[in-house]
Amino acid sequence: MTVLVNKNSKIIIQGFTGKMGSFHADEMIKYGSNVVGGVTPGKGGSKHLNLPVFNTVKDAVNETGADSSILFVPPAFAADSAMEAADAGIKICVAIVDGIPSHDMIRIKRYMRRYTKSSKMTLVGPNCAGIISPGKSMLGIMPGHIYKEGRVGIISRSGTLGYEAAQQLKNLNIGVSTSVGIGGDPINGSSFRDIIEKFETDDETDAILMIGEIGGPQEVAAGEFAKENMKKPVIAYIAGLTAPKGRVMGHAGAIVSAYGESAIEKVEILKECGITISKNPSVMGDTVKSVLEKM
Amino acid sequence: MDIHEYQAKKILSDFGVTIPRGGIVYSPENAENKAREIGGSRWVVKAQIHSGARGKAGGIIVCNTPLEVAQATDKLLGKKLVTNQTGPEGKIVNRIYIEEATDIEKELYLGLVFDRSSESIMVVASTEGGMSVEEISKEKPETIIRSKIEVAVGMQNFQARELAFGLGIEPDLIRRASDTIIGCYKAFSELDATMVEVNPLVISKQKQILALDCKMSFDNNAMFRRSQVSELRDKTQEDSKEIFASDRGLNYVSLDGNIGNIINGAGLAMASMDMIKLAGGTPANFLDVGGGATPEKIVKAFKLVTMDEKVKVILVNIFAGINRCDWVAEGIVDALKKIEIKVPLVIRLAGTNVEKGNKILKESKINYIEANTLEDAANKAVAALNK
Repeated sequence: MTVLVNKNSKIIIQGFTGKMGSFHADEMIKYGSNVVGGVTPGKGGSKHLNLPVFNTVKDAVNETGADSSILFVPPAFAADSAMEAADAGIKICVAIVDGIPSHDMIRIKRYMRRYTKSSKMTLVGPNCAGIISPGKSMLGIMPGHIYKEGRVGIISRSGTLGYEAAQQLKNLNIGVSTSVGIGGDPINGSSFRDIIEKFETDDETDAILMIGEIGGPQEVAAGEFAKENMKKPVIAYIAGLTAPKGRVMGHAGAIVSAYGESAIEKVEILKECGITISKNPSVMGDTVKSVLEKM
Repeated sequence: MDIHEYQAKKILSDFGVTIPRGGIVYSPENAENKAREIGGSRWVVKAQIHSGARGKAGGIIVCNTPLEVAQATDKLLGKKLVTNQTGPEGKIVNRIYIEEATDIEKELYLGLVFDRSSESIMVVASTEGGMSVEEISKEKPETIIRSKIEVAVGMQNFQARELAFGLGIEPDLIRRASDTIIGCYKAFSELDATMVEVNPLVISKQKQILALDCKMSFDNNAMFRRSQVSELRDKTQEDSKEIFASDRGLNYVSLDGNIGNIINGAGLAMASMDMIKLAGGTPANFLDVGGGATPEKIVKAFKLVTMDEKVKVILVNIFAGINRCDWVAEGIVDALKKIEIKVPLVIRLAGTNVEKGNKILKESKINYIEANTLEDAANKAVAALNK
């Protein structure tokens, strides 16, 4: 999706010289992403993976013209890094890191209210797999080769379940325009609704597969938005049919605490919104295929 | 992370909330002395477990003499209390809180949570204290009042006043009531809480505003900067397998069924559990070894799942991305050299180098059932159960 990442996206890595940052920067470069440098405070002026290292995101943006960033900093410093990216004029920032306190996420989102819509950074994550537009660019940690180039958009809270979907589609010879992992935390940078709205206006996407799970109001909010505003078909799978109430299922956000947050309730509400439901996780690809055949 | 009632009360009182006089005890002798020390003529003996609804389970006893306090303490200590929140195995009582009895005029409800829609802190209050918030929203939803707090500036006096007046509190007590509400808000925001609940918040016949029962939960992700809070963790209140898991960086939730799971990623784990259910089985656990599924984590996961005697089949479902199936397969083979598995084992690998991974498994001497898709894996696990 051109609005999120494309071949021209200039990417910097925040937390560049760490183990995680180095490994995934290398993977992204191998995939063909246009990584232009990175930031590690105190190591500015040096080179890492043959790319320049900067002390601040502002320096990196000024020197390289970077517009995209990906965070590999530890959870305690992640909020600070995300706000630094927003302030330096980065347009899209993916936070991979798992374990950011919820109070910090609220702080980031309040901080970003100071920007007008046109100058506001899009934050994706935390606790997510990132973004890939197959054949164009990868701003994430996914295995790039499981994604075939194509015209289906994927949005998933879970990383590996998103991979599962991409693989099922590939096995059916169906490709992906862009896949966005929005992450498993209770408070995240971009919601299902935020991303689904971008897919509706993306001329490279024909249909959208939304992979949700128990907990929180976001799947339903996206369903209601789709019902009112979308022409493209939406297919959804909601994980956690068997999850007990009141327990956190791995993702900090995967906990049923109110009406409408269980898998069964979400499925019912999404059906009413006109969304096609994949009845189990093994037929996500088949369900997308049957919807595409009807178009 | 959850804490005990008495710990939550101590925290809230540090933030200006008034609580009845009381103290923690570990023995009946202790309890009798504590009752005399507190003074008065009636006491409440409260079992400290990580659960609400303790009263219905017999965990709260009103006493009229210090001797009765000792007897009630003796009765409760070491007992397992089963409430509608503990599961059938119940929770053990190791600590008793003795508190002076309160003459209650009115019981109110006060709760603070994150509101995921507005991404702010929501204060919820009701005149129907003593009932659970679920019961209130079902039976008396018209009594619920809410206030969204802008976290950047914190709770303002007028917001607390509006809530207090909304609860019908008399003018003379409004100041105390709003100080109480703001105290709870400050505790929530300054200590990285995810939930504060005072239920009931009471107005006593002596016109005091008192937190009679309190619950607090905290964000596990923030414990690195809340050492005083993390010290309050009481492992005796947690499932032993869940402690084993969390100490080893695994995400585990104990469930009632008999098919054990080892899966990478929370979403894929939930999806695999759904497939097991659809195939006619029931999962024994939720277990996410993390997206990376390193060989070390897989060894730990096998140890954990085999600790559960209910488990009659083990299902391994790994979607290897960056980490490659051949590497994961080597991890599995290695784990099975160290741990003996006495139940059928179903393995489904997918993703990078899946053919190589399956070849390694086949050529090793391990005894397992190969599966290809999510559905195939669930069906084979359920079939293995029935053999």
